[in-house]
Amino acid sequence: MSGTGYQGKKNIPHLTTERLLIKGGRVVNDDQSLYADIYVEDGLIKQVGENLIVPGGVKVIEANGCMVIPGGIDVNTCLLKPYLGSPPVDDFYQGTKAALAGGTTMIIDHVTPQPGDSLLEAFEKWQEAADKKSCCDYSLHVDIPHWHEGVKEELEQLVQDKGINSFQVYMAYKGFFQMSDSQLYESFSFLKELGAVVLVHAENGDLIAQEQSKILGMGITGPEGHPLSRPEELEAEAVFRAITLGNQVNCPVYITKVMSKSAAETVANARKKGSVVFGEPITASLATDGSHYWSKNWAKAAAFVTSPPLSPDQTTPDHLNSLLACGDLQVVGSGHCAYSTSQKAIGKDNFTLIPEGTNGVEERMGFVWDKSVAMGKMDENQFVAVTSTNAAKIFNLYPRKGRIAVGSDADIVIWDPAKIKTITAKTQQSALDYNIFEGMECRGGPVYVVSQGRIVFEEGKLQVQQGTGRFISRKPFPDIAYQRIQFRNKLMTKQGVSRGMYDGPVYDVPATPKYITPSPSAKTSPTTHQPPPIRNLHQSNFSLSGSQTDDNIPRRSGHRIVAPPGGRSNITNLG
Amino acid sequence: MSYQGKKNIPKITSERLLIKGGRIVNDDQSFYADIYMEDGVIKQIGDNLIVPGGVKTVEANGKMVIPGGIDIHTHLQMPFRGTTTVDDFSQGTKAALAGGTTMIVDHVIPEPGASLVEAFERWREWADEKTCCDYSLHVDITHWSDSTKLEVESLIKEKGVNSFQVYMAYKDLYQMSNSELYEIFTFLGEHGGIAQVHAENGEIIAEEQTRMLEMGITGPEGHVLSRPEELEAEAVFRAVTIASQTNCPLYVTRVMSKSAADIISQARKKGNVVFGEPITASLGTDGTHYWSKNWAKAASFVTSPPLSPDPTTPDYLNTLLSSGDLSVTGSAHCTFTVAQKAIGKDDFTQIPEGVNGVEERMSVIWDKAVVTGKMDENMFVAVTSTNAAKILNLYPRKGRIAVGSDSDLVIWDTDAIRTITAKTHHSAAEYNVLEGMELRGAPLLVICQGKIVLEDGNLHATSGTGRFIPCTPFPDFAYKRVKARKQMATLKAVPRGMYDGPVSEFTAMSRGGTPSASTRSSPTKAPLRNLHQSGFTLSGPEEAPIRPAGRRIVVPPGGRSNITSLS
Repeated sequence: MSGTGYQGKKNIPHLTTERLLIKGGRVVNDDQSLYADIYVEDGLIKQVGENLIVPGGVKVIEANGCMVIPGGIDVNTCLLKPYLGSPPVDDFYQGTKAALAGGTTMIIDHVTPQPGDSLLEAFEKWQEAADKKSCCDYSLHVDIPHWHEGVKEELEQLVQDKGINSFQVYMAYKGFFQMSDSQLYESFSFLKELGAVVLVHAENGDLIAQEQSKILGMGITGPEGHPLSRPEELEAEAVFRAITLGNQVNCPVYITKVMSKSAAETVANARKKGSVVFGEPITASLATDGSHYWSKNWAKAAAFVTSPPLSPDQTTPDHLNSLLACGDLQVVGSGHCAYSTSQKAIGKDNFTLIPEGTNGVEERMGFVWDKSVAMGKMDENQFVAVTSTNAAKIFNLYPRKGRIAVGSDADIVIWDPAKIKTITAKTQQSALDYNIFEGMECRGGPVYVVSQGRIVFEEGKLQVQQGTGRFISRKPFPDIAYQRIQFRNKLMTKQGVSRGMYDGPVYDVPATPKYITPSPSAKTSPTTHQPPPIRNLHQSNFSLSGSQTDDNIPRRSGHRIVAPPGGRSNITNLG
Repeated sequence: MSYQGKKNIPKITSERLLIKGGRIVNDDQSFYADIYMEDGVIKQIGDNLIVPGGVKTVEANGKMVIPGGIDIHTHLQMPFRGTTTVDDFSQGTKAALAGGTTMIVDHVIPEPGASLVEAFERWREWADEKTCCDYSLHVDITHWSDSTKLEVESLIKEKGVNSFQVYMAYKDLYQMSNSELYEIFTFLGEHGGIAQVHAENGEIIAEEQTRMLEMGITGPEGHVLSRPEELEAEAVFRAVTIASQTNCPLYVTRVMSKSAADIISQARKKGNVVFGEPITASLGTDGTHYWSKNWAKAASFVTSPPLSPDPTTPDYLNTLLSSGDLSVTGSAHCTFTVAQKAIGKDDFTQIPEGVNGVEERMSVIWDKAVVTGKMDENMFVAVTSTNAAKILNLYPRKGRIAVGSDSDLVIWDTDAIRTITAKTHHSAAEYNVLEGMELRGAPLLVICQGKIVLEDGNLHATSGTGRFIPCTPFPDFAYKRVKARKQMATLKAVPRGMYDGPVSEFTAMSRGGTPSASTRSSPTKAPLRNLHQSGFTLSGPEEAPIRPAGRRIVVPPGGRSNITSLS
């Protein structure tokens, strides 16, 4: 190991000319592992191989056979999402610092405009904050708080000019963010045309609202009311519905925060049937469970409040790790959204007011290693896939991110599988006064973290600088999601049956029906009660009869038209 | 043989009848015994019965004697845009009897906004005047309000209705929101009703219909294209979730597709109280006919949820019916003439929905499930009659051959072969969706209310003899488990000391808005502190010092011990 803390040309943070050689490591990508050296210059990987010819005076890191992996990508953070006007305690600086300390070199944060806000303005606000403070590269998802015609234009702009290709919609938060099925259908249809990935917060908001008032009515006001009012069935139901919508519209669906076994099963089953759906468990759902909601310590119980809630079923983390290992779930986020205990205490007398969010950006990589790889469920390549590569593919960053290859960004982590760390709020990077994983032992952790070609974490010490993170813009139509969709689009064209005109008797419908048809919504059928369209003689080769001569003579109601059994041949032409 | 005594007292006949030498098949066992009935009730069962002289005797010759079928789903004489379905209560029940079904349960469909009780009374009037066999009624809840609640309660308590259908489809007409479904299910769960659902996602259907019409698809194939089976499965899944949440038994009417049936069987495996009802059409045929070049034929198949275009569906549904994953069979008999169907000749969304099946139901199941070796004769009785009686809480009066039960019996001929055709069926419809199908198994003799109504292929039914059979709430079949779970599922709060740490300042106007749950629905947004419940009185919630917003409160890592009492 050579000298530490070499920090050249700090005054040009965005374009460093740092040169770095990582020697003797085992390069682990999602598809293979190989022993090779890596030469990095100007924030890019320039060479990968043995006996590289590099300029003199270059800084060398001896990996000593340790794993060298692509830096992690945390696809779900909320570092600026305000709750009742106050932001979480981990902002872009604090949050990305924690990310880097855990081996994550890129985050994708959620832009969360309020209903009625402009998406573009919110996006710019987030971008500004992140540009100023972020210590690692970042990108942004934009949440759609409210669906209306005006949103469409903004979405188009975000996709085409701003480099955003993922948008989140909500099936929960009734009366606030929640969208109806029709709105979801429309938003899916629209986003699909743009080539965006639809992220779904999947919980049935209507039922949650009912359960919440029931549970408050029973006098349950503590954090245990949170999981009691959001049982995992409601998550599974919404996941199922989101997938149905996705299939219907032929649009890829990405489920954020898979928290329960039944939701994960629903995703897995849908994938078996061929649906294009991705599932994202988070640090908390992979490492801990919801039994803590019943803690006697209010502050501790409240710390776990997030939506969907952690499942009280203690076998959940193990099950989710299994599905992650076998590829039924694809990506791991953290859902990092850090509200301090005093912020959480806004809901001390009413669990529905507790701000939602758990920590996990720093612990994410470690726990996936500990719970999946160290348990023998997953190999190191799959570890890279779920912590980095798959995210890069889904959000169209690959192979710039998520892979160690010539030309990729030099976001590299040297990983020590043997490192053991006890998680505690005392030593964490996050500004939180608690940690939901307090006291848990975690095997596996980063030794070196290289971000943008610079060493930012070395032997337990962080050397970061706020504002060095760049916004990474993303193009629409990621292959991993859209290639299948595009083929299916071609296959799925539907055709009507060409028939001769029906010219038999037609029952005359009174203009003001006393009884309404149980047949579908008249509102949505544009041709209700309209005179039959003019017959197109070009399409039919038969011209005997047009519309019936007696079409306008109202029949006596209740008059039955007698026709021979078996139906008479009242069809003119069978083309 | 057509002995019809005392026609002037149709409701209480003093007819006496002895069935000799039959094999009685109930849902639990089969055995050889004679049956003696009097006054429309089974009086004796056994060998060498002592019966009064001069009694009419039917020789069963070892043939199966089964409880008469119960068709749990019909729409007879259903009003539709100023007309009615062509099979009225007389025509429809005649068809039922001809097929071995001795009781029907019809759906009362009030207009949205109209009184449920009035609609119920109207249906009663129509049916009392015309039915030839006993009947009960389901009432469809087409809108939900507090007054509806009272009506539902009075229907349950005074009118003898225990099952109510709600719709998840027909947007802007009958469709209920999830919240309404939750409230209805909760209400029915408390009052011992069965929640029946028409399960299809109406919102997506509305979108798909618009899309199909825009694409220029106006024929009946548009019906099935705009209602893919996934939408049915989705709604079933959602209904199961809501029912399990509210602890209410669920009954899914018209299971038409494999995926919907799968969802039901999975839910049953997980312990949900849910019943699935495939219908004659979904068990007997498939949705490929929607693409028929003959418009009238294609339109005759239009029903919702649609028949699945997957031709393996009927076989699959029969398998699940045999294994017990699906519980009952109906016919959803709702027939329109071709002219009525032709209202939608230029727009499939206007085609009135409904297929025939009340007459063919029993034979279809015998042919598709028993003859193929999927199901035994006892299960046949269970799915055609007994389970329905149990769900309606009419068991053992109906659905069983036992002393004291109504004498609704069928002597079933397992060898009979019929070819279904509209030329010979008893329905008034010009089309039969099972046209040309050869079915093995048919009733040889049908006894309804103790009278022979079908013999040698001749029907002797009399309109107006059918009685309304009131159903009582809390059927054991559905509610025993529900009641036990209610006792177990009480939720308890965690007794904690009052949190007395710092509380962040937040603005009441909340421009930021809480991303947490609907404030609308939380009645106790800032509940007053109840000093009686807390043993601690030092600090109240209001006393937290006012801090500038955004200022972070520093506390030692790991959280400090700000909890006053740990009981």
